[in-house]
Amino acid sequence: MKVLIAELRASIVLTLLLAAVCCGIYPLIVWGIAQGVFPGRANGSLVEVDGKVAGSSLLAQRFTGPKYFHPRPSAAGQGYDAADSGGTNLGPTSKKLIGTVRERVAAYRAENGLLPDARVPADAVTSSASGLDPDISVGNALLQAARVATARGIPKEAVLKRVRAHTEGRDLGVLGEPRVNVLLLNLDLDGKM
Amino acid sequence: MDIYGWVQLAIFLGLLLLATRPMGLYLFRVLDPEGKTFLDPVLKPVERIFYRLMGVDPAVEHDWKRYAVSLLAFSLVGTLFTYAILRLQHLLPLNPQHLGPLSGDLAFNTSISFITNTNWQNYGGESTMSYLSQMAALALHNFTSAASGIAVAAVLVRGIAWHTAKTVGNFLVDLVRTTLYLLLPLSLVYAVFLVSQGTIQNFRPYVTAQTVEPAAAPQTIVQGPMASQVAIKMLGTNGGGYTNANAAHPYENPTPLSNFVQIFSIFLIPGGLTFYLGRMVKNRKHGWSIWGAMAALFLAGVLLCWWAEAAGNPRLHALGVASASGNMEGKEVRFGIFDSALFATVTTDASCGAVNTMHDSMTPLGGLVPLVNLHLGEVVFGGVGAGLYGMLVFVILTVFLAGLMVGRTPEYLGKKIESYDVKVSALAVLLLILDIMGFTAWAVVSKWGLAGLNNAGPHGFSEILYAFSSATANNGSAFAGLSGDTPWYDTTLAVSMMIGRFFFIMPVLALAGNMAKKKILPESGGSFPVAGPVFAILLVGTILIVGLLSFFPALAVGPIVEHYLMIRSNAVF
Repeated sequence: MKVLIAELRASIVLTLLLAAVCCGIYPLIVWGIAQGVFPGRANGSLVEVDGKVAGSSLLAQRFTGPKYFHPRPSAAGQGYDAADSGGTNLGPTSKKLIGTVRERVAAYRAENGLLPDARVPADAVTSSASGLDPDISVGNALLQAARVATARGIPKEAVLKRVRAHTEGRDLGVLGEPRVNVLLLNLDLDGKM
Repeated sequence: MDIYGWVQLAIFLGLLLLATRPMGLYLFRVLDPEGKTFLDPVLKPVERIFYRLMGVDPAVEHDWKRYAVSLLAFSLVGTLFTYAILRLQHLLPLNPQHLGPLSGDLAFNTSISFITNTNWQNYGGESTMSYLSQMAALALHNFTSAASGIAVAAVLVRGIAWHTAKTVGNFLVDLVRTTLYLLLPLSLVYAVFLVSQGTIQNFRPYVTAQTVEPAAAPQTIVQGPMASQVAIKMLGTNGGGYTNANAAHPYENPTPLSNFVQIFSIFLIPGGLTFYLGRMVKNRKHGWSIWGAMAALFLAGVLLCWWAEAAGNPRLHALGVASASGNMEGKEVRFGIFDSALFATVTTDASCGAVNTMHDSMTPLGGLVPLVNLHLGEVVFGGVGAGLYGMLVFVILTVFLAGLMVGRTPEYLGKKIESYDVKVSALAVLLLILDIMGFTAWAVVSKWGLAGLNNAGPHGFSEILYAFSSATANNGSAFAGLSGDTPWYDTTLAVSMMIGRFFFIMPVLALAGNMAKKKILPESGGSFPVAGPVFAILLVGTILIVGLLSFFPALAVGPIVEHYLMIRSNAVF
């Protein structure tokens, strides 16, 4: 019994000490360095338009109009909810998944003027893991370019030029996949960058 | 399966190989109470103050039973600490979103989840937890449960290395030293790196953005002290995400580079522990043989997972979806197929459980790999500490089986393996199997078990099997469609997490205590060699026999039948 009391006493003291160091001092030091060296990133890579926060370059937001590039479908909250991230968690033989993708394939072909048997990029019709994937694949962006150009009344080549400018390669030449950031591309097309 | 994937795989294994020795040597110094490190000038005074306030004499070592009492007492205090904060978070500071208290069963499940290094998330981080709950209630255990795991591994290694010893160490000293000298400094550097990639670290309330397209509603954006927590959740193989989407969330894991470092950091300490073992038992080849066995199992898993995900879902291809980019449902564009498959394999090889892809949406065989990893006991590098002590239990069983085959008394590094050692090792392994299969069987025939399903058919069965496998293996990843936040699931999952953690640690400590007592016999020509390819192959064979024979029937009615239904039929669920 004496042993147990001594152990419990030491455990309580240690828990409080570690809480002070690991949960107080440590995050505060990281916070201090982060705010001092990388304030923009530490505060969410927020993008401002006319002095107001318009979103984050790291997070997808909803775009539905023809003159904007569209992000991937989102299952975060009611869609693109940046305070409630998540995926559909539907398995590969799910009736709901297959039905939804069938509708999205048809819609994607229709809005981008593709042939009825055209192959559609996988990322355009499937939901991302976070529901906030800020990127689309390069192939997906290229297929949307004609629609965006028509809606804006500008030559397709001008849109393609912006797509190329916003195409990010693999990190260090090998990590990850090439991608296009939807929000930054759309803001650029609006002339708000 | 493109060339970039192969190159990344080669870089990953190469870096792990390079990091193993320096990490192991550093662990050797940290886990020796008198060891010297380059951080002593700063941390030694802190360490001394800790012992003085705790009333602990760091020179005193205990036997395994007292070590176990220390561990359990500390775990009990930690559980109550977390439970109290989660229940009272609405009254405590650092809650700018005014989030309410957690329900009793959710707080119970979450406290157990973090104390056991599982970090199962029945809560959605950003919609449930205040900044204080994240920083204190949860992140504290990211440090302490990781340090406890490393401490137990150190005890088992000491038991094997020492001879005629009555004591195995002092839990509180091991815990303090591991946290101060290993986890804290690494996390600090790591967290700053994550911020440089785009992970947030602030105390502001959530931001409201006026979205670009006028028709779209304003967007509320999560904020908070994220980087400091993400660093330790990966390094300590905890895996509990700051957000619901975990490492798939662009704030938690902003770039392919941050992603690569996060995957690597899961294996960093477990890899070093194999070298620590070799150094302690003065047989470095033994440590490297175990490393080799782990690497072989890792490669088999990642290649199968990558292949299955790259092949994609034929049902979607039939609808006109391009097949070249593989199964993108539940994946992020910046990671693509390979980095998602690598993450899913590594996070379940170890007991991490962070995810950058939704395992529930993987192809049947892609999702089979994480599930099998859990069933093998997460001994492929494994959780920090937990991986090594789990692996050493299999080593004891391997040595025993090899001894049976040639009809000799089994010996491990000069010590006779006797009935007691085999019994406690087998007990540890069997309890976990019973835990997983027992709870799964109960859930699939119960209303409460079926009520939480997000998918039907064989995939629904996989959701339940994965939940109890993950909880028992203290992993924390999920086929996350399952709604686990019900009183039934909260409670049953918490019980299986406790069984998986403490009913494994207790036999391991008993084994360590018994091994430490033994004499070392001189090596003879008949001693079983525990280094080299023959040993590594026998070890892998033992792990596969125990893991696969126990779980194959369950896997057959889950992911395997789903695979054939997917490719050979039009059945949907």
